Amino acid sequence: MNRIKVYGTGCANCKKLEAMCIETVAELKIDASVEKVTEIEEIVKSGIMRTPGLEINGKIISAGKIPTKETLIHWIRENTN
Amino acid sequence: MKNKILIPILALPIWIFLYASLKSTTDFIIYSFLNLEKESHFTNALWFFIYEVPKVLLLLTFIVFIIGIIRTYFSPERIRKILGGKSLFAGNILSSLLGIVTPFCSCSAIPLFIGFVQAGVPLGVTFSFLISAPMINEIALVLLLGLFGWQTALMYVTTGLIIAIVSGYVIGRLKLEKYIEDWVGNLTVGETEIEEKILFTNRIDSGMTAVKEIVGKVWIYIILGIAVGAGIHGYVPENFMAGIMGKSAWWSVPVSVLIGVPMYSNAAGIIPIVQALLSKGASLGTVLAFMMSVIGLSLPEMIILRKVLKLPLIITFAGIVAAGIIIVGYVFNIVY
Repeated sequence: MNRIKVYGTGCANCKKLEAMCIETVAELKIDASVEKVTEIEEIVKSGIMRTPGLEINGKIISAGKIPTKETLIHWIRENTN
Repeated sequence: MKNKILIPILALPIWIFLYASLKSTTDFIIYSFLNLEKESHFTNALWFFIYEVPKVLLLLTFIVFIIGIIRTYFSPERIRKILGGKSLFAGNILSSLLGIVTPFCSCSAIPLFIGFVQAGVPLGVTFSFLISAPMINEIALVLLLGLFGWQTALMYVTTGLIIAIVSGYVIGRLKLEKYIEDWVGNLTVGETEIEEKILFTNRIDSGMTAVKEIVGKVWIYIILGIAVGAGIHGYVPENFMAGIMGKSAWWSVPVSVLIGVPMYSNAAGIIPIVQALLSKGASLGTVLAFMMSVIGLSLPEMIILRKVLKLPLIITFAGIVAAGIIIVGYVFNIVY
């Protein structure tokens, strides 16, 4: 099971990225959970300084931006089994 | 994928052509095509609108694209490293400059603040960054450039920088570290190096995404704002604002700041108001002070920062920045 985490305190961009991840995972038929991390302590611990942050299977992929759909598909494909 | 570089190269001559022909096109539409009578209120207002809207949108597209590319070179993670061991003042100058080119939205303010402070960036240097990033805004820059010319735009950037540098320096000298919430010090902060192979085509992509996002979001405010501005241009009497916001009213600068702080507006919404105020007799220093307090000091951001800063530090921060803005307002009123 793959784990995707979206870090963000709950602003519009963070919600959008989470929704995009859920959608993409379903479309690619990948077995993965999409989690939202909202506690500041957790966000800071991950080393992310801009939200939304994206982590796939323990690896921080991006921070502070919403990727295009193609980029997100590429990231998820590359970092999941 | 390589031909992405061609898009801006091809777009540039078109952009220059459009920009250069704005005036003659507007003249043609107003006087030849619509055949309107010269020097009437309505003609003046319509000419202003038809000329300014495409001009501001063209400038906005160009500058947002360039800044979008520049920003790919500056991530906060990288900036944190640059600012790490810097001394006060030199660090304040550097972080204020970096604040201009680094994007962050107010929901990132806390992780950014903690990330900086924990990495050993001095408190005052961190504040210089936090002040300059929202205060010097590319949309405000474009609108000032388009509506008032480069002198005013340059003045805006310079004064914003001075406020960020001096305020950060003062906060640093006051030794206010004890007013950071205790839990911040107990956190373990991770260090992440986001591996990203950034090719130049990716940077162009970022520029284009920035254009799509920012221009896509603010064009409607710009059109509305310019429409209001055009209306005021044509119909409101010339010295309407002089009594309340003119130079002779010494109290107008602090009052503008007091009104401006609780107001929360994006730059696109505020500049057309600024333009209208100015054209009706308000003085530049007063209006600049009003604009900076609206976009640079925002109540929502302070409420967010309250989670990591104790009240005395927030009040000091707001007080110093507000004082800086007021001084700049007076200086401009005296000089111009």
